[in-house]
Amino acid sequence: MALARAKRRVDLRLIGLLPFMLFVGLFLILPTLYIVVGAFRTPAGGFTFQNILDLNTPNIRSAYWVSIKISFASALIGCIVGFGMAAAITVGGLPKRAREPLLTFSGVASNFAGVPLAFAFIATIGPAGLITLWLKNEMGINLRAYGWNLLSTPGLILTYLFFQIPLMILIITPALDGLRREWREAAAILGATRRQYWMMVGLPILFPSLLGTMALLFANAFGAVATAIALTGPSLNIAPILLFAQIRGDVLGSPNLGYALALGMIVITGFANALYIWLRARSERWLK
Amino acid sequence: MIKIWSWGVVIFGAMFFALPLIGMAEFSLSMRRGVYSLDAYWVVLADPNFQATFGYSVIMALATIAFGVLLVVPTAYWVRLKIPAARPWVEFITLLPLVIPAIVIVFGYIRLYNTSSFLPMTGSVMGTNLLLMFGYATLSLPYMYRSIDTGLRTIDVATLTEAAQILGAGWVTIIGRVILPNVLASVLSGAFLTFAIVIGEFTMAALLDRPAFGPYMQILGANRAYEPAALAVIAFGLTWACMGLIGLVTLLSKHTQAAKR
Repeated sequence: MALARAKRRVDLRLIGLLPFMLFVGLFLILPTLYIVVGAFRTPAGGFTFQNILDLNTPNIRSAYWVSIKISFASALIGCIVGFGMAAAITVGGLPKRAREPLLTFSGVASNFAGVPLAFAFIATIGPAGLITLWLKNEMGINLRAYGWNLLSTPGLILTYLFFQIPLMILIITPALDGLRREWREAAAILGATRRQYWMMVGLPILFPSLLGTMALLFANAFGAVATAIALTGPSLNIAPILLFAQIRGDVLGSPNLGYALALGMIVITGFANALYIWLRARSERWLK
Repeated sequence: MIKIWSWGVVIFGAMFFALPLIGMAEFSLSMRRGVYSLDAYWVVLADPNFQATFGYSVIMALATIAFGVLLVVPTAYWVRLKIPAARPWVEFITLLPLVIPAIVIVFGYIRLYNTSSFLPMTGSVMGTNLLLMFGYATLSLPYMYRSIDTGLRTIDVATLTEAAQILGAGWVTIIGRVILPNVLASVLSGAFLTFAIVIGEFTMAALLDRPAFGPYMQILGANRAYEPAALAVIAFGLTWACMGLIGLVTLLSKHTQAAKR
């Protein structure tokens, strides 16, 4: 009797979650599961690993590899430059007036992605862009002759940096603020130089945050579709563009291979995000 | 020494951010040879396709915001009040759209809700619009939930609920007239961010084949020279306006809180 009543009370509380559960079930979990299950199915509906094995073609392998390279490079450079800028406004002794505008701008720029961002870079450093023409006409430097092409891997990395650096600044600034004054003073009392303090105290404490944020930036770049398509069209062979073409017109010639391609993307971004969450939990031991 | 380095890094970064913005602004003004003019903007603004797709995306954004608020406010409230133990789980689920790429989610939609499925949403125009709206709500879920949940943390949910109940209020009244006004600043922050995300979204709209602003920009970019730069300036202005409004709302809410104390 008492048990039955307890059970009923639990059920009533969960009813409040029903709309939410229904929504995420239908429009987040189920569609994703459909892809995941489809990756392990034959066209007839049986279980198979063949789709995963079939991913190992030169075309698909290179798509993933180029994607990983672009995401990694833009995450690494974004991490370094973003950290430098965040360090400059927190511990670098810049006036407080420089801080708020930079953080506000970062909030805007990290959300300014997609198609318009590609346009901005085409207008600036594309074949007829502002910088390209200026260098050509005023300085006599023809960027094309040096092998520069915006519609390529380096061009994509440069463009991605426009939202990667601000994201890094937004995430790492609170971590830099969390470095306690006492730690630096304690190090100084023990005779440490500024360099020693950073090498042996500051950076080791920040290291999980830095690495974690880099994983997040990696996932962020890996899933970016719109910027890449607006910049290069369907020509560049990277994983999200290949998947886009597959969804539109089954370019791989096998729907189930398409699911496997999508599953690969989930696995990679999932792994990067898991790394981020784990490292963030570690960094919170010190930075609270 | 450190200071010089700091200035160097910040100035280098500022240049990296400023140049593309200057580039797109300059390009958008150069449609007429030799002189700066607003021609590209007039061409874009007069384009019926611009008006149609922009209008479509604005309506989509508003619908997404309305749906998101209706879904997230009661859920976050209920979790805080009744089942705090479920909070980490619900939060985890709301963060999933950041982990699963949007292109994968919409891929699932297309296959799961096609014309021969149990819920043939892509079979009709209205159904596809609805599906796209749910997709946008999914994309904005992490931001909406976090924003509203943070807002709920600053108020005493249990006491407010009990006070309202003693006065005879039902659940709809409590959520609509007690909780919602108290977290309005957070709701608006989430709403503006949702607006910024939805207005230029490309992947979902393109794959569901809906005439939204994002795919329009992409098609124009593939065919024209100066108009895309004008669109980029407009889009940047919109993003800036949304972020500015979030800042304003946060500032105003801090002000009213301080006045109450």
